[in-house]
Amino acid sequence: MNPATFVGPSIDWFLVAPLLALVAGIVVLLAVGSLTPRWPKGWYAGVAALAAGTAGTLAATAWERAVQPVGLAAGSLVIDRFAIVAVVAIALSTVLVAAMSDAAGTGNLEFSALLLAAAVGGTVMVVANDLVVLFVGLETMSLAFYVLAASDRDRPTSGEAGLKYFILGGFASAFFLFGVAFVYGSTGSTNLGTIAERLSSEVPVASTGALVLAGTALLFVGFAFKVSLVPFHVWTPDVYQGAPTPATAMFASVGKVVGVAALLRTFLSALPVRSDDWRPVVWVLAAATVVVGAVLAVVQRDAKRMLAYSSVSHAGFILVGLVAASRTNEPDAALGVPAVAAYLAVYSVLVVGTLAAVAHAAGAGDAPLSSLDGLGRTSPVVAWSATVLLLAQAGVPLTAGFVAKFGVIRAAVATGDHALAVVAMLGAVVAAYLYLRLMVGMWLKEPAQPDPRPVPVSTGTVVVACAAATLVVGVVPGPLLDALAGLGL
Amino acid sequence: MTAVVLQPTTTWYLVLASVLFVIGATGVLVRRNPLVMFMCIELMLNAVNVAFVAFAHRLGDPTGQSVVFFVLVVAAAEVTVGLGIIVAIMRRRTSTTADDLAELQG
Repeated sequence: MNPATFVGPSIDWFLVAPLLALVAGIVVLLAVGSLTPRWPKGWYAGVAALAAGTAGTLAATAWERAVQPVGLAAGSLVIDRFAIVAVVAIALSTVLVAAMSDAAGTGNLEFSALLLAAAVGGTVMVVANDLVVLFVGLETMSLAFYVLAASDRDRPTSGEAGLKYFILGGFASAFFLFGVAFVYGSTGSTNLGTIAERLSSEVPVASTGALVLAGTALLFVGFAFKVSLVPFHVWTPDVYQGAPTPATAMFASVGKVVGVAALLRTFLSALPVRSDDWRPVVWVLAAATVVVGAVLAVVQRDAKRMLAYSSVSHAGFILVGLVAASRTNEPDAALGVPAVAAYLAVYSVLVVGTLAAVAHAAGAGDAPLSSLDGLGRTSPVVAWSATVLLLAQAGVPLTAGFVAKFGVIRAAVATGDHALAVVAMLGAVVAAYLYLRLMVGMWLKEPAQPDPRPVPVSTGTVVVACAAATLVVGVVPGPLLDALAGLGL
Repeated sequence: MTAVVLQPTTTWYLVLASVLFVIGATGVLVRRNPLVMFMCIELMLNAVNVAFVAFAHRLGDPTGQSVVFFVLVVAAAEVTVGLGIIVAIMRRRTSTTADDLAELQG
């Protein structure tokens, strides 16, 4: 045999086309953009939105083929319907963030390219079927996020947010990687499918069991930092407040979707055999996250900080779905993954729309609650849309937020977990107060400057489109839920 | 009287990796200089590298050794980004203590 012959794994290029579209966007921005004179206002963000929109469309066209999971690149990537939902949510969030970034004053070349870089990393993470690929995607996304957080050089708080995010993000990545090492050491593979096979086929000797458990715990700590579960959430409010608002929208939407999707894939497809060991931990963290996030949100004085704690609370809700999905001996465990997918898709739209409204009221910097005062008088369109979005985040019926929250709680109840369902609903009640507090400021307080403020077309489109989507999904949830039903990992 | 021959086993290397990892993690938590915290993160990543190589040796599988290269590349990228952020902040400030970065709190 000729030793020089290298046979690469066959790759279905059509299925990786979403990644190629995003990378093409970065190349166009960085190569062409830096060699030509400054483009007209909005073009950089426009290219980013175009690339992300193309990626989302390409991912959606693979929906029919992905009935059965398709392995790519020798099994290190997998395209299934859950991955497609996550990729579409990432792409949609990126489009919305790019659209709002222009009016918020961050629509420059570097910011737009970094948005796409984060989207590339996120896409790699949700299609990764190998812990090493997952790690590389995680770092690609995180490094872009650190720079996005620090990108406003005129405000010291932006740099502080970037440094805090960087130190704690690197800390979390090290935990994640140590977990990968332990899982690799005990199973001899980093491929999720192979790990699951070897864990279920062998009778684990005592030492191997300890290694797997240590690895699982370390992986979970890494993920818990990334999706900001209590008590690993301390960086979230500082980073969300200090970062430019469009970057905050990116962290809250793409960061959360990707972190949760990768967490679900790792724990449900590689470590289901050990679910009795990790479920109690996830249960406790889910309950603590829902309640602590909601309670701490109520006492904040900055709108972005408040929404940061609210996103912590949402992360707890999503984990309720993971707990339900892990009870594989229950017949209704299959409700868990579709509920999480629906929650992620809905949540990413809600949070970007809400932050776009905050960016309109307060600019890209800090957003004290008083900056929202009287928005109902100065910009009624934005205020109405923001009201719809906040009601949806609170889980009011006839909005998409209700559909999402109902899905995870139904999954919890159907699998016999009444206690967690009750805790989650209590958390939702507390959180409702914080959304009302924001609305009271918008509608009942006097604006600092009573003159009407013109709404930029891009911001207006983002906010109104998000609110409209929220109402449509809330009133007619059937098509979305039918499409997601039967989703599994 | 037989001589006791100490033959290093995989466990030795795992203990070494764990000790390095804990030193790094402790450093991130207790040190206040962003540069030193950053060095501690690098120490944690390199502790993981030791663990990967030890496991790869025991399993006779090259995957673990190739992972080390990924980790090195990622660590290098982190250095670039991290130092960039630190320099951008320190241009405005005179000292490099994490406690000075306390404008964001609620």
